Formats: sequence, structure tokens, C-alpha cells
Amino acid sequence: MSERIREKLNILADAAKYDVSCSSSGGTRKNDNKGLGDSHASGICHTYTEDGRCVSLLKILLTNHCIFDCAYCVSRKSNDIERAAFTVEEVVELTMNFYRRNYIEGLFLSSGIFKNADFTMERLLRVVKKLRLEERFNGYIHLKTIPGASDELIREAGMYADRMSINLEMPTESGLKLLAPDKSHQDVIKPLGFVQNQIVQFKEERKLIRSVPKFVPAGQSTQMVIGATPETDKDIMHTADAFYRNFSLKRVYYSGYIPISNDSRMPILGTQPPLIRENRLYQTDWLMRFYGFHVNELLNDANPHLDIDIDPKLSWALRNLQHFPVDINVAAYKVILRVPGIGVGSAKKIVQARKFGRLRIDQLQKIGVAYNRAKHFIKCADSPYQLKDYQSTQIKSFILAESQSKYIKHDTSQLILF
Amino acid sequence: MQIYVFDGSLEGLLCAVFEWFERKPGQIQLVTKNDFQPDAFTAHLDILPEAGKADRVWKGLQSRLPKGWMRRFYCTYLSESPEAYTALFEFTCYIFSAEPGAENNYGNPHVLAVSKTAIKVEREKHRMEAFIRFQHTADGIFYCGIDPDFNVLPLIMSHFKNRYADQQWIIYDINRKYGLYYNLEKVEEIKMDFNEPNMLRPSSGSLSDKEELYTVLWKDYFKSANIVARKNTKLHVQHVPKRYWKYLTEKQQ
Ligand code: SF4
Repeated sequence: MSERIREKLNILADAAKYDVSCSSSGGTRKNDNKGLGDSHASGICHTYTEDGRCVSLLKILLTNHCIFDCAYCVSRKSNDIERAAFTVEEVVELTMNFYRRNYIEGLFLSSGIFKNADFTMERLLRVVKKLRLEERFNGYIHLKTIPGASDELIREAGMYADRMSINLEMPTESGLKLLAPDKSHQDVIKPLGFVQNQIVQFKEERKLIRSVPKFVPAGQSTQMVIGATPETDKDIMHTADAFYRNFSLKRVYYSGYIPISNDSRMPILGTQPPLIRENRLYQTDWLMRFYGFHVNELLNDANPHLDIDIDPKLSWALRNLQHFPVDINVAAYKVILRVPGIGVGSAKKIVQARKFGRLRIDQLQKIGVAYNRAKHFIKCADSPYQLKDYQSTQIKSFILAESQSKYIKHDTSQLILF
Repeated sequence: MQIYVFDGSLEGLLCAVFEWFERKPGQIQLVTKNDFQPDAFTAHLDILPEAGKADRVWKGLQSRLPKGWMRRFYCTYLSESPEAYTALFEFTCYIFSAEPGAENNYGNPHVLAVSKTAIKVEREKHRMEAFIRFQHTADGIFYCGIDPDFNVLPLIMSHFKNRYADQQWIIYDINRKYGLYYNLEKVEEIKMDFNEPNMLRPSSGSLSDKEELYTVLWKDYFKSANIVARKNTKLHVQHVPKRYWKYLTEKQQ
């Protein structure tokens, strides 16, 4: 018995790992029924894989049997691989026992489509219901919405899940059509819109009647595969921006394509996944969500691709030197946020601290500003007087020279934010 | 410079502040009894902890600082380092002497020191919440031994109590020699004697039948979730520093 469950876990965890989301944040469930688990608002990574990604949830497929044949997916019908399927009980046992040992924050359950959408969704629903109602499990549950499933099933699932997601997979409709002719962005848009509507509606009702249950309290997310098809960074981020705005998504994930077949429409086996590019896209995403940048400022027809050698905030600053230098002691918070080398935390500290006196270089350094980077763009109480204005290319080469060891030598697949 | 000697307790630390305001001796040096080496030339004052005085200082701080800063204060205290005690002392004196809102003056070295130390302690707390791995013992208790850099048990207690409300558990700080035991009703502080060679992770003899299966399944899962084409050991070690590996089921041979 233990051998079979090991085998299933290996197959169905392996097939699920290409979905990069592992966030467990935004859960609000409290353990008020003396059951097991509660959610931690900011999420917890319990470990990290050897590729450096957070492991927060038990991420598995219910089954990797699938009636579809999407070219970018390991579970596609035509792929000659081992297939397996968990029973509802097996998923529940695994989740409970992993959670009890503090291995995980909860479950991320996805599935290949077997028989049809409703049949699959109904099985997923059975798992979450059993966890919530029979096992009194209050940990985090991320559930895949199965495109094409009925509104009733999706609505019921949303009462037990913390987050739901559906992947766009390819950043543009034409990219998707190329690799998965049966699919369209519309299949994703419809259920995303439905769930979003329900979220709003349930929230409204909860304002009036406290006993109305929470509906997908951690919101929705989606994922795009990067580098399988020839979209530009501009295409990708404009799509992301539209989905953030239209569906109030909590997160868009970018997953560098890892070649899994010899399909001639995609990069060949052995091609390195575009990890630096993926990192730059995440940085851009961050700038849009937390730094007040509009996507057009970062990516537009004149600049459809992100720089590989420098981060997008620095690229933007170098293209817009007319906004600099910024006087740290008087500039608005929003303006300080845009300075390369200053993150959200340091910017907040700066506007607090300057009330007590004009800030000097050493104070900025202690506060956490990356001064060697920021110095080209700011003035503070004791900034040295500069004889001449540097050109953006000169500044770039100064910064690159200084940060060589940190940013370039090692492969930049890691997520370095500003 | 006069030396204030206190017993290392939070109460004692607060009383040191009280005494300083009574006497206003100018700059002093604060040391714990354990670190104190008397010499013939420096005068010292023994601070005797008194609940009444400590309470007044604590209340005074509460009336001046927002909640988040009271938490930072407490976290910094739990770091148990001499520098942290000094920073807290200086910080408190500064807060009582300066205008309201002075805690936002990150240009002040003591404000910054308290804020930074608190972040370190919070990080260790967070790591314990992440890296603790319970093992189910034959007695039916979920057990984990830890030896954290700072005294974080008081900080992690409510997290584990809320989360694992329907199972008995023990988290034991093997260096500070005390632990928390949750008995399905409430959390108690306990001291234990061990006949186990490895207090962090008891050997299979004292564990429940199912424990081995879930250990194996978790290790399997950890391996399956990895994407070989993305291997990045540097990033991995940055997130899970080696000194924590001894806790991690998935890192055991
Ligand atoms: S429908 Fe989903 S599981 Fe099936 S092949 Fe397409 S992406 Fe893979």
C-alpha cells in the first residue's frame, strides 16, 4: 500500500510542479472550530526546492490523465508517460498528515481533464468539501478552476477554497492557438469573470449579513508560460496589466518554458529556460503593483523588450534622466520610490526620518538604501558637488562595474528586486 | 562612566531606566550580572528589579509608542545580546526625553538598532514557524526540538496554539532548556529530561508507526517538486541556510 501511494505522489507531484504559484498568502481562515490549521495572512514558505522556489503547499494533480493535447504540457494526451490518479481519501490523508507535521500551509490541487470539465471539477470539489467539513481543516486551499465547468460547481468550490486560478498559459491568443488549437483565452476569461463577480457579490452580502460565507478570500491568480512562443515582453506585460485590471487578480505568474518535447513549434529539448527574462518580468510586475509605474512607462513600442543586463527600474531611470536628481529631503514619497536603489521600505523610512532633520549619506546607507546605485539619481544633505552631468550610458557603466560581482557573474536566475 | 548592573530580566532593564531618570548620571554603561567584571576604578550600581518601577516605565512606554514599537521593543529584548540591552536602554531614555513620535527618527542610532534587531528576531521567529518539523511520537504527541539563535518560544507560542488546536504538541528549546507543551487545552511551559541522543529529532524507536511513511512521502515530494533544469543551489541555500538543515525532514539522509 505504501509503495503505491509513493508512486502516485511521485507522478502527480512531478506533473504539478510546472505551475509555479505556491503562494499561501491572503488566507483569512481562523481556527475557530478547534480543528486543524489557520491561515497566516502573509503565507509561510516551509522549505525551498533545490532550484530555489518556495514550497508552501502540497502541490499535486488529482490525476494526470487528460483528454486534451496542449503541446506545452507534460500531461498532454499524446505524451507517453505513466498515468495515475489519487482517490479523494488519499489527497485528504496526505494533506492532513503533512499539515500536522508542519510541512505545509495547505493544498494546491489541480488536475488533468478526465471525461469532461464537470466530472473533473466535481471531484476537486469533493476533496475540498471533505477537508473543510469532515476534517475541519482550516489551512490554505488553492484550487484550479476547470475551464468549462458549470457555474454551480465553481460557485460551490469557491466557498471552500482560499484561492482559485486558471492559467492563461500563452500571453497572446495567437500563441495559444498555435500550441493548443482547442483552447482560447475566452475559456479562461469567462470563469475568471464569473468568480470575480461572485467575490464582489459575496463581499457585498457579507457587509449586510455576517454569516454569509467567505468566497475565495485570497482572490484569483493566473500564469503565463514565457518563451515557448515568440511574444515580446511588451505583449506579456500588457496582457498581465489588462488581467490585473479587469479581474482584480492577486498575482500573475510568469513561468519560463522548460522544454519537454521535440515539438518543432517550440524551443528544442535541452534549451535553457529563460530565467533572467523571467526575473525581469517579475521585477516589472512588482514595479506596476508596488511602485506606481504604468506598464507603458516600462514597455512600449520604442522599448518592447526589457534589458537583460540591468533591472527595469534602472532602465526606466536611465531613459528619463530629466526627472533626476531627486532631492531626498523634499521629494514626494512617490518620486523617491522611483529612484534606483531605493525600495519601498527605505522610501518609507526616508519620509519618516527626514522630519527630524536633513538626511545625510551615512544615514541613507544605514536605512538600507543601495547608495552606490542611488547616488547617481539623488541629492541629500551632504551630496558631493558634481561638476558635470553624466550621460545615461556612463551611469550605466558605473553601476554595472560596481555591481558586476553581485548581478552578472552568477547566473541571474535568482529574484533580485531593487 | 558609571556602570549599571542588572540581572538580565526585562524587569531589570526597565528598572535601570527608572534609576537613570532618578539620578540623571549622564552616560552610563549597562551590563548584565553575568558579564560584569568589577574593577577598583569604576563605580557601579546594582539594579534590583522591582515590579512597581518596571511597570511605571512600561506603562510610560506604552503611552508614547504605538503597538508595533512595543512589539519591536520586546523582540529586541528576546535577542538576549548585550548590545541589544544597551540599545533598548538608550532608546527608552531617548523616547522619554524627546518629542512624541521620536521613534520614527531612523536617523537616531538607537532607534535604528532596536528596529534592526527586532527584524532579526522576527526573522528567526518566522524561520521557526517555517522550519519546525513535528514528529509524531509513540505517545501520540507531535514533538520538535529547536535551538534558535534568539529566545523565540514566547513569540511562536500563539501561532502554534492557534494552528494545531486538535493535536498535542511539544516544542523544546534544547539550549535554553525549556519548552512549550500544548495539552489540547492550553500551553504550558515545561522542562524535560531526555534519554534520547538526538533531542532535535528523536529516533524511530520512540515514534508512531505511521511516522516513517510520512517522512518518506515528504522526502519524495520534496524531490519531485524540484525542477532540475532550474537548479540554483546558491538561491536554495540563501533561503534555507545550512544551519537550519538539521531541523528539516527533507534534508535528512
Ligand atoms: S488541458 Fe491542462 S492538463 Fe490537459 S494537456 Fe492541456 S494544460 Fe495539460
